[in-house]
Amino acid sequence: MASTLPLTDILRAWGVSRRGFLKFCTGLTAAMALPPALAPRLAEALERARRPSVIWLSFQECTGCTESLTRAASPSIEQLILSVISLDYHHTLQAAAGRAAEDDRRRAMRDNAGKYLLVVDGSVPLGNPGFSTIAGIANRDMLAETAAGAAAVIAVGSCAAFGGLPAAAPNPTGAVAVGDLVKDRPVVNIPGCPPIPVAITGVLAHYLAFGRLPELDALGRPLAFYGEAIHDRCTRRAFYDKGLFAQGFDDEGARQGWCLFGLGCKGPTTFNACATLKWNGGVSFPIQSGHPCLGCAQPSFWDAGSFYAPLSEPLDTPQRLAVAAAAGGAVLGAAAGATAVAARRRAAAARQPVTLDDLEVKK
Amino acid sequence: MSSTALLLWAKGPGFGIAAVLFALGTAERLMEILWLGRKADLARPRGQAAPQAARTLLARFLPAPGMLARAPVVHVGGYAFHLGLAVVVFLYAPHIALVRGLFHLGWAGLPGGVVDGVTALTLAAMLAVLAARLADPVKRLLSDAGDYFAWAVTFLPLLTGLLAVNRLLLPFQSMLALHLLSVELLLATFPATRLVHAVTFVLARSYTGAIAGRKGAHS
Repeated sequence: MASTLPLTDILRAWGVSRRGFLKFCTGLTAAMALPPALAPRLAEALERARRPSVIWLSFQECTGCTESLTRAASPSIEQLILSVISLDYHHTLQAAAGRAAEDDRRRAMRDNAGKYLLVVDGSVPLGNPGFSTIAGIANRDMLAETAAGAAAVIAVGSCAAFGGLPAAAPNPTGAVAVGDLVKDRPVVNIPGCPPIPVAITGVLAHYLAFGRLPELDALGRPLAFYGEAIHDRCTRRAFYDKGLFAQGFDDEGARQGWCLFGLGCKGPTTFNACATLKWNGGVSFPIQSGHPCLGCAQPSFWDAGSFYAPLSEPLDTPQRLAVAAAAGGAVLGAAAGATAVAARRRAAAARQPVTLDDLEVKK
Repeated sequence: MSSTALLLWAKGPGFGIAAVLFALGTAERLMEILWLGRKADLARPRGQAAPQAARTLLARFLPAPGMLARAPVVHVGGYAFHLGLAVVVFLYAPHIALVRGLFHLGWAGLPGGVVDGVTALTLAAMLAVLAARLADPVKRLLSDAGDYFAWAVTFLPLLTGLLAVNRLLLPFQSMLALHLLSVELLLATFPATRLVHAVTFVLARSYTGAIAGRKGAHS
């Protein structure tokens, strides 16, 4: 249940000093790309904040998003946030199960009607209600019931935000994103497979501190984390600009840390904070570690061609079709040429030379 | 249609359609020209046709004597635009990656900044030659919609490419989709427009050179 204690009291009880709290606020301000001057305001707002109720629903997903959040580096903003929210329902983390768990969810919804945050990971199958159920309730029905009283809905992970892997062609379950179904509540998308932990908790913290959701881009993603392409902040960007590209995972270019564009890197079209916030406590991110970006924070990333084909390469290789077309064109050209030659010959055969007699004016 | 769906269409079916139209149309044009051949010259030859064909093919890359001074914008702009286009198309790394993916052929590219600069110069040169065409009453009279269409479908891929790489005007993904679509428009219309001179100039020049060479004239 949601506590009525202010956040600072909870943190103090948790052993977080005033200095540690201010450090947390400064870190959060930086992570959210807010102006540094907002750090004191953030601290002031958080001091007054109450513990919000959070209901976390998991549908067609792999639990990777929860893993990402709960296995964040320590000590971290993620842990602090997880400690200060009232996570009233989460399949993986809660002890209760079955009817007791569903009772917890409905109690949290009733007690915090219109105020709780709904976090969803996983896509929703529309093909058949039985494809994915929780306590016998179809995902679609549970989402509709829970979203109705939520202050806002946060779609965590690419499956919830854009349909993700379950919606990949041929989409056997008819999977859709949360935003496709929830139209009367604000929906924030935090895509990624999984998303960066700070992106998840940053949105929660922003709501906690300011009572509203952060600024979003056209795809409903918080601009603070998804405002820039990975390519623009990439540690290998200088090599791209110099035209130095690795062509294999074990060639000299790869050993020299050159750009991975030729190996299929989707960094230029992927908007996420991987290159700035990084993973595992800021240690590294895929491109820095030698693997091209898969573009997992973008819609349809699973259907956007091979992970290892350069962005400029077409999805299909139409060489055979083009060769067949060229052969067909050659036949057509030969036919057109032959027709013209035949017409020329016919004209030559039928030609009636003009004689001087023809030119003379007949009297 | 979202920008992602547009990009995926451009990279998938759009590219396939453009490649088929390009291959079919270009092969048809070339085969038709070759099949038509040239009218038989029954006169006794006064010179050799083949060497003059080769010579004309190369000599026509240079401006005719005195023409550079008479039409500097057209010549300087024309060279800048054609050379710039070749640099951008064949020496930009993502384009080389495309060729490598399709034909397993690759070569070294130029730094992105250099290609950016060349693209800007090429666009400026294209605008200059267009202005020269519009400013000259004779050229304006000789030009028709096909000329302006060919200019536009060449200009657009360069412009959208420059805007996409530098994240200008539209989000990168949207501009990249527009860039690919503009390239596909160029490919699809290539055989049916004056753009086909990029291939047929070889036949035109060598035929002209061969005919003149047989008559004893030199390029």
